[in-house]
Amino acid sequence: MALYSEKVMDHFKNPRNVGVIENADGVGEVGNAKCGDIMKIYLKIEDGIIVDVKFETFGCGSAIASSSMATELIKGKPLSEALSLTNKAVAEALDGLPAYKMHCSVLAEEAIKAAILDYYKKNNIPYDESLFRESSCAHCAKTE
Amino acid sequence: MFVYADNAATTKVRPAALRAFTEVAETYFGNPSSLHTAGQRAQEELTRCREKIARLLGAEPREIYFTSGGSESDNQAILSAAYAGARKGKKKIVSTAIEHHAVLHTLEKLKKEGFEVILLPVGTDGIVKAEDAAREIDENTCLVSVMLANNEIGTIQPVAEIGAVCREKKVPFHTDAVQAVGHIPVDVKTLGCDYLALSGHKFGAPRGVGALYVRKGAPLSSLIEGGAQERGKRAGTENLPAIAAMAAALEEAVNNLPAYTRKVTVLRDRLIEKLSAIPHCALNGDPKKRLCNNVSFCFEGIEGESLLLLLDEEGICASSGSACTSGSLDPSHVLLAIGRVHDVAHGSLRLTLSEETTEEEVDYIAEKVGYVVSYLRNMSPVWRDLTEGKRKYIL
Repeated sequence: MALYSEKVMDHFKNPRNVGVIENADGVGEVGNAKCGDIMKIYLKIEDGIIVDVKFETFGCGSAIASSSMATELIKGKPLSEALSLTNKAVAEALDGLPAYKMHCSVLAEEAIKAAILDYYKKNNIPYDESLFRESSCAHCAKTE
Repeated sequence: MFVYADNAATTKVRPAALRAFTEVAETYFGNPSSLHTAGQRAQEELTRCREKIARLLGAEPREIYFTSGGSESDNQAILSAAYAGARKGKKKIVSTAIEHHAVLHTLEKLKKEGFEVILLPVGTDGIVKAEDAAREIDENTCLVSVMLANNEIGTIQPVAEIGAVCREKKVPFHTDAVQAVGHIPVDVKTLGCDYLALSGHKFGAPRGVGALYVRKGAPLSSLIEGGAQERGKRAGTENLPAIAAMAAALEEAVNNLPAYTRKVTVLRDRLIEKLSAIPHCALNGDPKKRLCNNVSFCFEGIEGESLLLLLDEEGICASSGSACTSGSLDPSHVLLAIGRVHDVAHGSLRLTLSEETTEEEVDYIAEKVGYVVSYLRNMSPVWRDLTEGKRKYIL
């Protein structure tokens, strides 16, 4: 199908890091079933480094591919780097997404941020609130 | 294995239709509007096609207008009746919540122009009630429009019953029969309709050709201005090869109807039975009052587009009413109308068979759908919540 790039199809058909981390240090879930996408990210963090990451996604091909690519981009990276991951970077790493599927990459960015925020809160680590904006996904906000 | 199970989207062109197409393109290449011999021969062929299609629908040849397809036919029928009604001060239209967008979007346009549009609900069986239509019809009603068979869930509507009500109340009645023609018996007199839209490529003709039946005396205005083709109601040189292909395809489909129905009903029921064995799924629409080739399911905990893409990887061509496959935010209005909530409507799958479908293919589809559904559920946080009791099963 020409709808998606080869990279998207590869990450959709052979998703990396699918699954659950038991006793994860941070868990983030964004989206809702009503609008058709939910992403859940599990993080294992040691000394400020993401040593392992897993995801579960309910959603379309680009949602699954975005989750897979996003986990690859943050695996083994320091939290500061994971926090600066943008949805654009996810989409670019996938060789682009159709315009109406860009919200899938937004969800991936937000799911990672939500998981890191969960880790900060659980461990009473002070954090810069400006890094965790309100959900910017107009797609989900509209159907709520 | 390659399995084409999206015949409600479009059908493979029948060899008989293709033969008619090439023969007519070669032999009757003249413009039917030309006075010379080549033109007149084309005009005669056009007449033969019109006669054939009229006969197969129980209509008069002069009641058949050739168009570009179902959408154009629906648009022309609805706008003609609505504007004729408005000239008499009647501006109420009664239709249903499960119509095709060719009807719904035309009604939306009329609503903006000041028409009152009533969309009748359907039950969980996906069937509108004739008494609901009767109740809504009043002295201001200029049109009733009810589809004969639904394009997503295949349910067959009580069009003859509604047609009888409209006859009695003297209200113009249109039926979108795009999914029905060539698949169930269609006779305009039995249905009691003033307008009937059909599309060639749903029964084995090429894409881009259709027809509109307009009962003699019913108002008809043009959408396309220009030459005097189609008795001045549809300008543009007739697509004669495609029209001939449509006539040939319809003839074959109608002749094969009993055998087609017998064979495909068995396959449909086999597929429904096999898919029903997948946990937490549900058939959409009445199990029997549906087109013999339509199977539509919702699967809980997954999303339809990823289901379609993975089935395509397995060689299966299918369709879904999920939001992600349409590029819109909401899942199919038809699934919502039969009471499916958004969460499960996103996980819909439509499989539409043909007379070429085999039992082996049906079994292959059932096996692969089962496999792909459980694969996607295994990576779905929604499914995890359901299995862990954190979320309640809907299906």
